[in-house]
Order: sequence, then structure tokens, then C-alpha cells
Amino acid sequence: MYPLTQYISRDGTSRLLREYVKGGGYRSLQRLTAGMAPKDVQRLVGESGLRGRGGGGFPTGTKWSFVPMGPNAPKPKYIVANGDEMEPGTFKDRILMEGDPHGLVEGMIMAGYALDAEVGYIFLRGEYHLSAQRLNQAIAEAYAAGYLGKPLPGTTFRFDLHLHSSAGRYICGEETALINALEGKRAVPRAKPPFPQTVGLWGQPTVVQNIETLYNLPHIVNHGAAWYRSLSRTQDGGTKMFGVSGRVIRPGWWELPLGTTARELLEQHAGGMAEGVRFRGLLPGGISTAFMIEEHLDFPLDFSSFPQEVGRLGTGTMIIMDDRTCPVGFVLNLEKFFARESCGWCTPCREGLPWVAKLLMAFEEGRATSDDLSLLEMHTKWLAPGHTFCGLAPGAMAPLQSALKYFREDFERHITTGGCPWSTKSAQLRVLV
Amino acid sequence: MANIIVDNKSYAVDERQNLLAACLGHGLNVPYFCWHPAMGSVGACRQCAVKQFKDDKDQSGRLVMSCMTPAANGTRISIDDPEAKAFRASVIEWLMVNHPHDCPVCDEGGECHLQDMTVMTGHVYRRSRFPKRTHRNQALGPFIRHEMNRCIQCYRCVRFYRDYAGGRDLNVFGAHDALYFGREQDGTLENEFSGNLVEICPTGVFTDKTFFHHYTRKWDLQSAQSICPHCSLGCNTTASERSGTLRRMTNRFNSQVNGYFLCDRGRFGYEYVNSEYRIKHPLVRSGTDRTKPRMPEDVSRTLEFAADRLRKACGIVGIGSPRASLEANVALRGLVGPQQFYQGIDEQERQLLFTILNVFRTGPVPSASLHDAEQADAVLVLGPDLLNEAPRLALALLQSIRQQPMERVDELKIPQWDEAAVRNAVQNRRGPLFMAGHRQTWLHEYTTDHYFAAPDDVARLGFAVAGSIGPEAPTVPDLSSDVRDLAQRIADALMHAQRPLIIAGTGSGSQATLEAAANVAWALHQQGKHPRLNFVLPEANSAGLALLGGGSLNDAFDAIRQGKADTVIVLENDLYRRADQANVNAFLDKAQTVMVIDSLEHRTTAHADVILPAATGPESNGTFVNQEGRAQRFYQVFVQNGGVKESWRWLSDLARATSQDVERESRVATWRTFDDAVSATAMVAPELARMGEVAPSASFRLVGQKIPRQSERCSGRTSLVSHLTMHEPPPPADQDSPLAFTMEGYRGPLPSPLISQFWTPGWNSIQAVNTYQNEVGGPLRDEMPGVRLLEPVATKAPAWFTSIPHAFQPASRQWLLLPLSAVFGSDELSNRSPAIAERIAKPFLSLHPSDGARLSLENHSTIDLAWQGTTYSLAVHFEPSTPVGMGGLSLVPEVSGVRVPAWIDLFEAIKTERKRRAA
Amino acid sequence: MLSDIERRELEEAVQHYSEKRGAAIDALLTVQRHRRWISDESLLDIAQFLEMTAEDLDSIATFYNLVFRKPVGRHVAFVCDSISCWIMGCEQIREQLKKHYDIDVGQTTRDGRLTVLPIACLGHCERAPAMMIDQDVYGEVAPDKIDIIMNKYK
Ligand SMILES: Cc1cc2nc3c(=O)[nH]c(=O)nc-3n(C[C@H](O)[C@H](O)[C@H](O)COP(=O)(O)O)c2cc1C
Ligand code: SF4
Ligand code: FES
Repeated sequence: MYPLTQYISRDGTSRLLREYVKGGGYRSLQRLTAGMAPKDVQRLVGESGLRGRGGGGFPTGTKWSFVPMGPNAPKPKYIVANGDEMEPGTFKDRILMEGDPHGLVEGMIMAGYALDAEVGYIFLRGEYHLSAQRLNQAIAEAYAAGYLGKPLPGTTFRFDLHLHSSAGRYICGEETALINALEGKRAVPRAKPPFPQTVGLWGQPTVVQNIETLYNLPHIVNHGAAWYRSLSRTQDGGTKMFGVSGRVIRPGWWELPLGTTARELLEQHAGGMAEGVRFRGLLPGGISTAFMIEEHLDFPLDFSSFPQEVGRLGTGTMIIMDDRTCPVGFVLNLEKFFARESCGWCTPCREGLPWVAKLLMAFEEGRATSDDLSLLEMHTKWLAPGHTFCGLAPGAMAPLQSALKYFREDFERHITTGGCPWSTKSAQLRVLV
Repeated sequence: MANIIVDNKSYAVDERQNLLAACLGHGLNVPYFCWHPAMGSVGACRQCAVKQFKDDKDQSGRLVMSCMTPAANGTRISIDDPEAKAFRASVIEWLMVNHPHDCPVCDEGGECHLQDMTVMTGHVYRRSRFPKRTHRNQALGPFIRHEMNRCIQCYRCVRFYRDYAGGRDLNVFGAHDALYFGREQDGTLENEFSGNLVEICPTGVFTDKTFFHHYTRKWDLQSAQSICPHCSLGCNTTASERSGTLRRMTNRFNSQVNGYFLCDRGRFGYEYVNSEYRIKHPLVRSGTDRTKPRMPEDVSRTLEFAADRLRKACGIVGIGSPRASLEANVALRGLVGPQQFYQGIDEQERQLLFTILNVFRTGPVPSASLHDAEQADAVLVLGPDLLNEAPRLALALLQSIRQQPMERVDELKIPQWDEAAVRNAVQNRRGPLFMAGHRQTWLHEYTTDHYFAAPDDVARLGFAVAGSIGPEAPTVPDLSSDVRDLAQRIADALMHAQRPLIIAGTGSGSQATLEAAANVAWALHQQGKHPRLNFVLPEANSAGLALLGGGSLNDAFDAIRQGKADTVIVLENDLYRRADQANVNAFLDKAQTVMVIDSLEHRTTAHADVILPAATGPESNGTFVNQEGRAQRFYQVFVQNGGVKESWRWLSDLARATSQDVERESRVATWRTFDDAVSATAMVAPELARMGEVAPSASFRLVGQKIPRQSERCSGRTSLVSHLTMHEPPPPADQDSPLAFTMEGYRGPLPSPLISQFWTPGWNSIQAVNTYQNEVGGPLRDEMPGVRLLEPVATKAPAWFTSIPHAFQPASRQWLLLPLSAVFGSDELSNRSPAIAERIAKPFLSLHPSDGARLSLENHSTIDLAWQGTTYSLAVHFEPSTPVGMGGLSLVPEVSGVRVPAWIDLFEAIKTERKRRAA
Repeated sequence: MLSDIERRELEEAVQHYSEKRGAAIDALLTVQRHRRWISDESLLDIAQFLEMTAEDLDSIATFYNLVFRKPVGRHVAFVCDSISCWIMGCEQIREQLKKHYDIDVGQTTRDGRLTVLPIACLGHCERAPAMMIDQDVYGEVAPDKIDIIMNKYK
């Protein structure tokens, strides 16, 4: 039994406060009441090796260390739960929020306490209506029970929590764009520095944390750093929500130790490839990650040991590409998404991504030339981290660049055969551009 | 100072800059779009990428945006790095994916920053072969044309319009590559500074609509340095002409005055020069019967005729003008003699100006330039309605409120150029800005606190502030506790500031507010602060005229009435704007001969026996003294056809023709060139002694050459008159300035008053200003920003002003009627420009709602107001900001000549009320 | 004019933010819940309530894709077009909708019953292909199931 999902049932129901408390919920707050200081929580989280589950894998303890603390620190400070989850292929945060909403409330209170931040926002993507409903109920229950809105027993710390439903846009998941969205502005990212930890929501110190990351906090406080580390098979502490989608026998989600291999996920948990198709490649965690192919399947999946030349783990929810799916069509679908979701702030992303999508469309329709291949390559080079304003465009280039590497012959075949050898369904592709 | 290494060469730079500004300051060409020296960096366009290296061993380096990277000591970068160059070319390529290919016919062509940057990066071939997106354009009113297809999404327009200028009706809509910059719906852009979009937009999305109506390529324009004649601030402009038509007015950078921006009155008000009401030929009525028409005459006969009348005159009255140049006024003064020279303004205005001069002459506090105002960290405005009376100063105050929050920005170690970060850190925090007056405008959204009250109460607030600051300053008895608290809060804020600024003005006609402002400034000075004072004056040369001295218009009227004179010379002045009709009529009727020198027909010219057609500002040389006491030179752009001459020249010709040269110092009759006029002017008052230093004299040459007004690339000159003659006529000679009406002459660095067009090879747009500055955004190289004629000499405050007015008491039947200036409508000259005329609101009377009720009026109804001998049709506006017992009258052309402030019995004056409700 | 309920909900939303305009997105979504889409008039109502200009608010409204600035039908079907659903055949759903209701993505049926819109990954990838009608999510949508699902939305 792994901590995050132990009480989540697969029948789609969720626990109310009473059941949550019965199962040991809100117990971590008693440790605070018993005298655990904010800096103790911070230290514990640092020692646990917890790394952000939003895709970046940044060590949470390190992130917290930049938040100004002490009596002279600016007030108020904010904790924001990033529940935007719009990365295609990713659905792990939804499972947690729908299945056990109080876990997030407890995690938020814990983060708030650790950073002496008295206000929290849950930034939820607009399409997650069920999550919104359940979180609203959980928040109301927590207010009624005094976990929210009142000083925690034995402390002067009081936490307020609000739910914000977004109006859609992938870029809202980027933490600084998210902050602008929360301020009721266009979700355009902000330049860093200054980092949100010092200048964030309404100019105040703010920590943005992925939903799954926050779910870990109460367990770390309850069971300690060593226990948490022992859950994992590698350096990074804890378990991870993994998921598989695509043509496999049992698509789904599982909480597993960090360091579980892709092969294990694919073959054991997802039951292997569906009938009649063979494995061709996978994106390990959402579409902003690079392709992994057969030879990479035995890498342990975590943040610190993932080989850089292969890519990144991302969100841990993998998308499987089978041999009946056209890699060009696959990447075209991704790039159309990215082009549509660019915020429009910086030139390379705003103008480059639609160009890339149109080029891929030309491949798909048999109008591409070998010059187009070099134009695609040019974009993978120029839309690199640091060249664009935020991580969206570089994320968009990760699958394209690796596809050009692993599936180059497919691209070339589209040029030589004048169209997509897989597809008779070009009509569907028209729709998106 | 820091050292940075660019392409292996070391440069000394200011480490408070970013790398882009640092490089541009050293003449290193780094292309950019979204950055602007006055608006900082946001890192959106990615055009300014350079390669940064960790140290001299680092061979690979990484691309950084130079605008977002501090110029820290030891920073090592390469602009020429092949990867950086290729990336920059790529940025242009991306921008061109959707940009039209119409440079040759685009009206921005030739001064397009995008064009310049494209050439700079070397991007040449279009590789994208997909269709371009297109947009619908909006109708944005008489000033601005909109052509969205040219947009490169640099976000500068919204950043200027909203963040810098406080506008709200322009924004960006949509997302990804479907962005639209415009209004919610078609309609006039409301903000008073919208015209700057023309220069802010790096391509041709927002262009000057008035220019479009008589379009000419930038390189075909003949240009010269102008000073805006439309208010007292003296913004520097470039006036441009072709074929005898003034084509446009653009901003001319002056670090101490207007910097990069103008207001819309200044930019679009120029077309009075092309007006159909221009007087182009001398007109003479030979008999004494004023019902007979005037006949056109040639110049020499007109002079003869006029001289004859002057010789025979039993006393001449010379009426000067605050919109005429100093030289023209001095010429008139010289012709008629100082005793017979009258300032051409009413007595009240003369008194106010006199008070202001005295405050500067005797007090220890200096006046504030616009630049000082931008830098002020606490501001108190006592009276004036800045948006309407001195718009560019309002824009400066919008920047000043950012000063104090910068402390927090510094604490957070955010560089001040990092605009987006600064805005995020500052959020809604604003430095202290207090405004007291009798009218609410949108500027009040930015105040710390405001106070709407009668001028006397505004003055009392000011006196109370002074009393709270300086123990010796007189205090105000019987103040309400609210006002006392407000005064205390203001005093605290001013005392807390490093560079407090106090602003008052002549607009409301209140002497007491001026005195109160002086007391506040003096009290601050006494407390060891470094305050500055700013007085908004009525017109472009009000300060210059005040320095010359002379009686008021009322005195002139007396002189004629009492028979001390029978001949009048009116210089560039419509007396009907300055005194009531009956008085002016009586004055003009009584005078035997009325001569008017002016450029446009108006009610006074209608009475003249002799009209001498005067050159307008852009057709003449002259000097204006702005409200801070800064003398600035403007130059002739082109020679007007017909009998048009500069006013000072007419006067000097008259002096010669009459052989009358009453005043010895100025010796008007001997003037031949503008330099003569300048030297003479320098003699007439001690404060004018430095007139000669304002700008180089006519004999100034560089490498033995004059400075051309035409661009190096002026095309088609030889064919301009080919339908008339095959010979290219010689250009007019210019003996008055170092400039020439040609394209031949010296090209190279110039003293700043002689720079008309900013241009450097590769920099054809207005962004070329950067190449004229040592530090980008700072002063021009060897800038001559005009000469401040009034610097404080006193170290101690003179005696405090002590006549504190009584609190304003509403009267039972009478209302105190006050003027409400209108940015479009109150200035005599700009009103005659069609684009401005389109923006002039209908005249209205504003009343407090309770007064409206007392008068049984309805909001938005129309009334007829019979007053001072005329009936005016006015809309009624209920405004809670209009103090009870007072009315505000909008000063638009229909009501010009109404004498306010004055008491009025509205029960009596409102004759009929047509209950027309506005839709 | 905002209705009383709308006004109450907006006032509640404003409580959550340190400044009024922070609630802009909540306000747009709230009013949209009542009126299905944000007309120019609705936009002005909300802007007025939040003390913003129409430009301020529309700049935000047009950024986000769940704010409808054009009329939509009584029901809105969002067909996920992201990668997992694409692999699993989301086009067939779309073709089916087109066949049965004669509407393409981005269109509304003539009787105003249904609008079909594209949507990015609905976060139900393990049950791809997915679609959402109003607030209800359906997974593993086979083309032949569409009629049964649609019967619930009149
Ligand atoms: C384009 C873009 C989209 C993102 N979307 C999400 C998201 O939906 N959810 C999320 O938790 N993090 C997302 N992130 C990462 C966040 O910026 C941020 O790093 C994360 O929320 C930090 O939380 P963590 O440290 O707990 O992972 C996104 C980043 C980028 C560049
Ligand atoms: S890379 Fe640029 S345009 Fe793209 S989402 Fe980020 S900031 Fe916006
Ligand atoms: S000028 Fe540096 S990114 Fe635009």
C-alpha cells in the first residue's frame, strides 16, 4: 500500500471528512500542535528528497529555502496548488483530487504552515468539474471542522483556502502565468528572476506546487524523511503517480516507487500492448518530453537518474505510440496543440510553432520537401530553453526533435511517397489548423 | 561604472543598465523591438539576443536576451557570434511569416523600425510558404490610422498606452498567433497621448492620420526644429513640410523637457498653418469708413501706407502677445516704446504672472522642468487641471508616482529597467500625488487623495500644508477637521520625500493658490528639503512676455479711451479672447487706425484697417520661454508664399519705414537678420541677457557649411516645379539661421537645437534618437536643452505670503463661474486644425447636482445662458466634483471671450431651458 | 444588467481576491453559467461590476478558451483532440457527430441544441477517446454510443 492512493477506490467515489479522519487524515496537523516548528517541517521536507511532481522535478525543500521567513518577511505569503493539469496524456492530479480531496487540503495547510503563508489557492483547470465539486465540499468541511479559517490548536497559525477554476489554456500551468491568471489577468508568463518565492501573487512571496507534490507532505510529516526515502527505488524520495495511455491492454494509473521502469509499467501494470499492435515508442510524462524507444525501456523512471541525453520524466503519465500510429501524424497532433496553446507573448513560440505545425501538415498531406525537414530542425534548435520566454516552446520541441531522430525514415517516406502511408483519413487533420 | 566585454573589446558602462542599452550607448548595433528607453524591458520579442560567455575560457556560451541581462561588471558577450546572428535573423523571419510584403507602398516605409531591423539582421528570403493571416482594421478617430496586418506583436502599444499613459481603451485581445491590438469596438482613442503610438509602434500599425491626408515620404520632408505653441510647457517638436504645406509634427527629444513624448494637442494641432483662414496678403483700407472693404496691397505700398499712418498718429498703442515670439514682442516694444507697449493680456492674468515671476526672482526654490516632475517622489497640485491645461505634465506625473515604490524594487534587487518585474513587485502601490482643484478627470484615479473645492479653499489647504511643514509659515484658522487632517497627511508625505514638487497655475485665476504653493515650497526648503515649484501658465510664451513687462490690455484700453493714443498695433492677438466684447468693440472703434499682424483671420482682424500677414511658428524663427523659464529656439521650416513675413520683420520694416525708433536699446529699425533681433532682445531685460546662448547664431557653420533642412535622400527635387519651368529654381536664401532650405550642407553631429531629424545610417525610424545619446535614454550628446532664465538667487525664503483667503461661501443667487480648460478646444491655434476641431466637445456648464436641483435643471439638458452681452447655448453637466455654489464653464471656441472667473446670477442668466435629453 | 443571483455570486467571488479585478475570470465563468455565453452586453455588465473597462475585460475574456464570446447551443460537446484520444480514434467521434447532427467542430446545430467544440486533453486519457458534454465526461466513446449519450441532452 502506497501512501497517496491507499484510500482511493477505483469505483469513482471519494471520502468525506469523517472517513478521511478515520483513516488517519489531518493527523499531520497534530504534530504541529505538538510543537513542530515551520522550520522543522521545512527541514523534514528537504531531507525527504521530495521533488516537484509538476514535471520539472525541482527539489521542494530547495524551492522553499528562497521564501523569506521570520518576523520581517512580507505579509501575506501565498501557497498555490497547481491543478491546471492540461499536459496531454496527464491525468494523475485529477485521480488524487477526485478520489481524496481532503488530502490536498491537508497538504496545503502543511505547506502553508511550513512557509508561514496564511492564504492558499487551488488553481484548478476549468474542465475538472467533478474535482471542483469535491474540493469545494472538502474545503467547506474543513472550514466547519476548524482546520481552515481558525488558528490550529496550540499555534497562532491560521490558514484560508480558496478554489479558483480556470477558464482554460495550457499555459496557465506554467507557474508565473498561473499567477497572472489568478490575479485576473492574461496568463502570460513572467520573467524570472524575480522568482515567485519573493515576488509572486500580487507581488507577495508565493510558492506554486503541483497537486501531487502537496499530497506527499502530510505523509512525510507523519512518517519521517527516512521512511519517505525508503519508498523509492532510487535517490529521489517517495512514490509517484504513473499512468499509461494509448493502445495497451489495460490503460490506467498506478502509484509506484520512483525508479520503476517503463517496461514494468507497460508490461506488468498496463498488461502490454493491445492485440495486433507493437510498441514503437513512448512519451514518458506528457507531451513535453522526448520519445523513449525500445532500448530505453529499462531505465528507472525518476528525476535524478533519468539520462539527460534521452530526456526527462515529466509528469510520469506516459503515452504509448504503437506501430500502427504514424509518428508524423502523432507529432503533428502535438505541435498543433502547442501552437494553439502558445500565449502569444514571445516571437519564436508565437510564430515558430504554427509554422512547425503547418510544415508537419505539409508532410501529412504530401506537400513537404527536404527543405521542410531542415526548417523543422531549425526550429528544434532555435526554440530551445532560454531562447523563448518560458518552457512551453522548448517542451514542444522535445518530442519533435526526438521524433526526427528516431523516426526520421517516416518523415522521409512522407516526402518520397507524397503523403501519409498510414492514413486515408486526411479529412480529420484539416480540422485543427 | 562597470566594464563589459563585447566581442573581445572592453567598454565602460553604467551597471544599472541592461546590456542592450549599454551596447546601443556605445554605438553597437543590437536590434530590438519590445524594449524602449522610456518603457524598459519585458523580453517579449527575443530580437535582442546575444551570446553570453561565463568567462574567457567558455567557448560555447549561451544565447541571452540583452535587454533582460544586467550590464554587470565583467560580463562577456558577443554580438557577432554566428549563432546569435542566425537566431536574430530567425526572429525577423518569424515576424515576417505574417507581415505584408508591401514596404514599397507602405506609409511607414523609410522610417520603419521593422525595416531597419530586418536590414540589420540580414534576413532576406521568405521561406514560409503558407498563407498569411489578415485582420480587420478599426476606425480610431481623427488622429490615428490602424493597419493591423502590419503588427509584429511587440506589445509596445499597449504598454505605452495603458502602463505609461494611463489609457484604458486600447488592449490586446486573443492569444497565440491570433492577437489583435485595438479597441473593444471602433471608436476614437480617448487618451490624450494616443499620438505617441505613431512613434512607439515599430512598424506601421498606428500611423498619423493627419499626415496620411497629405502624405509624403519621410525622406522628402523638409524639417526644422519647432517648439510647440499650444501650451506653456514648450515641448520640442520637429515640423515637416513639403511643397508649401506643413505635413506633420513629430516629437523632438529633449531630455529636460518632453523626452520621447508629446500630447495629442501638440502633435495634431499643427494644421492651423495650412488653414483656409490664413492671411496670405497684406490688406489695407485706405479711408476711415470701416464699412468699406479692405483691399489687397503689395508689401512695399502697404508698408508705406502703414508708416504714413504711424507717422501721423497721435500716440500709438502696441499690444503684444503671449503666443508671439519674444523677438516679435521686443520688436513691437521697440517700435512703440516701452511705455506704449502692453502685454495683451488682461489685468488679472498680468498680476498672476507677476506674482509667479516674483516667487522665482525672490525665493530660494527653483522651477521644475518636465524631467524634474517625472523624478519627483511626492507631488501636490494646487488648482490646475493638468490633463487639460498642461497635458504633458500630467504624463510626467504618471511617472512620478512610480518613484517612491521604486524603493521596494531596489530592496528586492530588481533592476529598474526590468519593467515587468517592477510592475509585478509594485502592483498598485503608488507614490504620493495629491490634487486639489475644481474638476475631476481620469488623472484622479492615480491620486493618493484629492480635494474638490473653490480656489480659495484650495489655497487654504495649501496654506495649511505650509503651516504644518514650517513652524514660521502662517497657519490657517477655522479649518474643518477634514481639511486639517488632509493638510497634515500631505505635509507628512512631502516631508517624507526627497524631491517634492508643488504645482499651481494661473488657470483658475486665483492669486491665493499661487501664494499658497510658494509658501509650501518655501516651508519645505526651510526644512532642508529640495523642493521644486511648477506653475502652469496660460500660453506658450506667457513667461517670456511677463519678463518683458508692460501694461495690461485694460491699460491699453484706457490709453485709447483717454485719448492718449489713437493708433493701435495688435501683434498676433485676438483681443476678443481676452476681454469682453463691448470693451473691445469700444476700443477698436475709438482707435483711428487699427493694424493687426497675424496669421489667421479672427474677430480682431475683422476690425483692422491694416492687416499684415504674419508667418506662423513653423514659418519663422523665434524664442519662447516656457513655464519653467526655459528659453527655447524654434526655426523656420519653410518660406510661405504671398506677402507673409515673420512678425518681427514686419515690425522692423515698419520701424524703418517710419524712421521711428523709439526705444534705443532694441534699435528695431536696424534689424536685418534674426540675429539682430536676438541680440536686441538680450538687451531689453537683465534676465534675457543669455538669449544668445539658446542656440547657435546664423553665422554658425560646421566645416564651413550650413545645415540642410532636407534629408540626404530628398528625391524629385528637380522635378517639383517641372510643370512650370525646366530650370530648378534656387532655394530661398536663409540669412537668419545656420540652416539651409536644401539638401546640401554639413552632415554629422550637430548641436542639439539644430537637429531636426534624427537619422543615422541604418536607423531610419525615430529610434535613431538612441544614436544621438551617450547613454540611451539620457541627454543628447552635447545637448543644449534651452537656457533657464530664472534660477533662484536667494538662499532664504522671502516674507511669507500671509493673505489667507476666507473660506468660500456659496451665495444665495450668485454662482462663482470658473473656467474649465479643454485639451481640445481651449487653445486658439490648435482649434483651427481640422483633426483637433473634430475632437472639441460642445460647450457645457458643470454644476454640482444639488445646485442643478436648486436651479431646477436637468442633467444633460441644454440651456441658453445670456451673459456679458452674448447668449450661449450650453449643455448642463452635473458633476459631483464641481463645488457647491460654483459653476464650471468649458472653454471651447463657442464661448471664447467669456470672462471667467466671475460671479453670475444663474437664475437670471439662464433664459430658456429646452429640455432636450441627450441620447 | 446583472441578475440578483449573478450579482450575489459575483460578490461572493470577489471576496476571494485581494482586488476586485482578480475575480475577472470567476465572474466571466459565473455569468456564462447563467447566460451560456458572454455577449458584448454581458461583458459590459461584468466590467462595470468589476470597475474595469470593456477593453480590460475582453482582453482577458478572449485569452481563455472556456469563455465563449460567441453564442453556443443549449449543450456544448467538447471532443478531446489531444494525443491519447487521437491515437484511440477521436476523429470517428467527430465524424459521427457530423453525420448525425450535421455539424462540424466549431458549429452549432440549427435547432440550437448542440455546439461542438474542440478541447485539449480532458485528462481522461486512460479512457480515451473522451468527450465532455456540458459538465459530464464520457470515456471510451465508441461512435455507436454517441446517440445513446446524446439522448440525455435535449
Ligand atoms: C508550459 C508549462 C505548463 C505547465 N503545466 C503544469 C501543470 O499543468 N501542472 C503543474 O503542476 N505544473 C505545470 N508546469 C510546471 C510549473 O511551472 C511548476 O514548475 C510546477 O507547478 C511546480 O510545482 P512542483 O515543484 O511541485 O512540480 C508547467 C510548466 C510549463 C512551462
Ligand atoms: S514560450 Fe513565449 S509565447 Fe510561448 S508560451 Fe512561453 S512566453 Fe508564451
Ligand atoms: S528587445 Fe529584448 S526581447 Fe525585445
